[in-house]
Amino acid sequence: MKFDVEKIRNDFPVLHRKVYDKPFVYLDNAATTQKPVQVIEEIERVYKTINSNIHRGVHHLSDLCTGEYENAREKVASFINANHSHEVIFTSGTTGSVNLVAFSFGESFVGEGDEIIVSAMEHHSNIVPWQMLCERKNAVLKVIPINGDGELIMEEYEKLIGPKTRLVAVVHVSNAIGTRNPVERIIEIAHKQDVPVLVDGAQSVQHEKIDVQKIDADFFAFSGHKIYGPTGTGVLYGKEKWLDRMVPWQGGGEMISNVTFQKTTYNKLPFKFEAGTPNYTGAIAMAAALDYVGKTGLENIAGYEKELTEYAVSKLMQIDGLRLIGTPRKRTSVISFMIENIHPYDAGMVIDKMGVAVRTGSHCAEPVMDFFGVRGTIRASLVFYNTKREIDTLYDAVIKVKEMFN
Amino acid sequence: MSIEKVQKEIIEEFNIFEDWIDKYNHLIELSKDLPPIEDKYKTSENLIKGCQSKVWLHAEYRDGKIYFSADSDAVITKGIISLLIRVMSGRTPEELVNSDLFFIDQTGLKENLSPTRSNGLVSMVKQMKMYALAYKTKEQKKG
Repeated sequence: MKFDVEKIRNDFPVLHRKVYDKPFVYLDNAATTQKPVQVIEEIERVYKTINSNIHRGVHHLSDLCTGEYENAREKVASFINANHSHEVIFTSGTTGSVNLVAFSFGESFVGEGDEIIVSAMEHHSNIVPWQMLCERKNAVLKVIPINGDGELIMEEYEKLIGPKTRLVAVVHVSNAIGTRNPVERIIEIAHKQDVPVLVDGAQSVQHEKIDVQKIDADFFAFSGHKIYGPTGTGVLYGKEKWLDRMVPWQGGGEMISNVTFQKTTYNKLPFKFEAGTPNYTGAIAMAAALDYVGKTGLENIAGYEKELTEYAVSKLMQIDGLRLIGTPRKRTSVISFMIENIHPYDAGMVIDKMGVAVRTGSHCAEPVMDFFGVRGTIRASLVFYNTKREIDTLYDAVIKVKEMFN
Repeated sequence: MSIEKVQKEIIEEFNIFEDWIDKYNHLIELSKDLPPIEDKYKTSENLIKGCQSKVWLHAEYRDGKIYFSADSDAVITKGIISLLIRVMSGRTPEELVNSDLFFIDQTGLKENLSPTRSNGLVSMVKQMKMYALAYKTKEQKKG
C-alpha cells in the first residue's frame, strides 16, 4: 500500500486549524497524539446508541456495551499479540499500569532488601512508583546508567542484575531523547535469572509492531491517547502466570467474586484488576484507534516515520549552534535539542508564535536532563501525519529563535 | 507616578509594536536593562519555581516602601520581570495590596502570565503581593 500522508491528515480535524493565523504544526506527539474522526465518532456512537454500564444489567444495552468492551479487549490482545485476552487489563494510562504493577507485584513478590532495576532514562512515572514501593518494603532501587549518546550501558545492566533482583522496569523508547532500547536483549538477560521485565511502551506502541510474546515481555504498558485514542485509557498487558499470583490493586465492584463482612474473594482475570466502572467508552474508542493504525499498517507507518525523523535530524543539524541532546544509534520519532545556550523556554515562546507546537522543559525526565547537564530541551516528536513541509517550518522557527536571542 | 500611570505608560509603549516579534524584541531589550540582583539574594529561599524557568525575587522594606529586585534564567521572563519591577517596586504595601495589574492583559503579554505557562511569573506576582500583605500587617501591629 502506498503511504498517502495527505489522505491521513484529512482524517485528523484539528490538524487543519490555525494558530496565530498560521497553519498549525503539531510536533508534540510524544505528549499526546491527535485523534482521527474514526475515534471521535466512535465515542459519539457509544454514547448515542449503546451506553449502559457493563457487566451489570441483564438488559439489552448493557449486553451490547459489555460485548463491545470485551471485543475491545480482544482487539488489544490481537494488536500486541497477547496469548490470552484476559492478560489485557484496561487502565487509565501507562502511569496507571505501572502503578498497578508496582503495587500488586510489589505486595506479592518484593520484600526487604530486594532490588528493582530501572534505567537512567526513565520517565518519572517509571521511577516514582518504584521508589514508593521501595520505601514501603525497604527495597532498593538500582539504575542502569547511560552513555554520552543516551544509550543504556548493557554491560552495567548485566552487572546489576543478581539474586536479589525482583523486577526490571525499563522504557522501550525514551520520551526525552528518543532512544529505542534493546528490550529484547534486556528481557533475555533478565529471564536467565528468572527475573520478570516490565516494558514501558508509551512511546513505542504507536511506532512499531509490538509482539509481546516474541519479545517475551512479562508486562507491557501503554496509553491509548498516545496511539490516537482517547485520554484516560491505557493498557497493562501481563503474563497470566504473574497476574494470577498478584494481589488486587484497588478494591470495589466488579473485581470481587463474593463479598461478606468476614471475607471477600476476588474475581478472575482480567476483572480482578478492574475495580469499579471502567472507562468502557474510552476502551471501545481506543480499539477504534488500533483499528485505524492496523488498517494503515504499522510497517507503513514505521517506514514513513523513519524517513521523516531522518529528514528532521539532518535538516536541524544544518543549523549552526544546534546541539542534539541524545544521539542514539537507534532513534524513534523524538528529537531533543538545544540552540546554543538559549533557554528552552525562550525558544519555545518564539517557536509557538510561529504556529509550531513543540515541548520544552525537562519532559518529566529530570534525571536525563541532569545527566546531559541541561536545564531542559526543545523536543520535536513526529508521527505519521507530520510532513517534511512541517519540519521546514520548524527549521525556520529555530532560525528565527537564533536571530532574536543573539 | 501611580501604579496605574506606570501601567498606562507601558501599554502605550507596547502599542507601538504591531506584531509579536517586535514585542518580544522589546522584552529582550528590557531584560538587558534589568538591574542585576545581588548574588547573595539568589538563594533557594528566594527562588520561585516554575516548571521551566527559574525566578529569584528579593524584597526590601525601607521608609515605608517595598523595593524588589529579581532575576530569571530565561530572557523573556526577565523582560517581563523588568516590567513588573517598574510597576511594583518602590510602592507602599497598601498600594501593592490593592493593585490591579491590567497592563498584562492590555499589552498582549497575558499568555506569558497564564498559570499554564509554568514560567514562575504568576507565582512571582503572588509572592510580591504576599510581601506587601506581610509588611502591611507588620505596620498595622506597630501602629
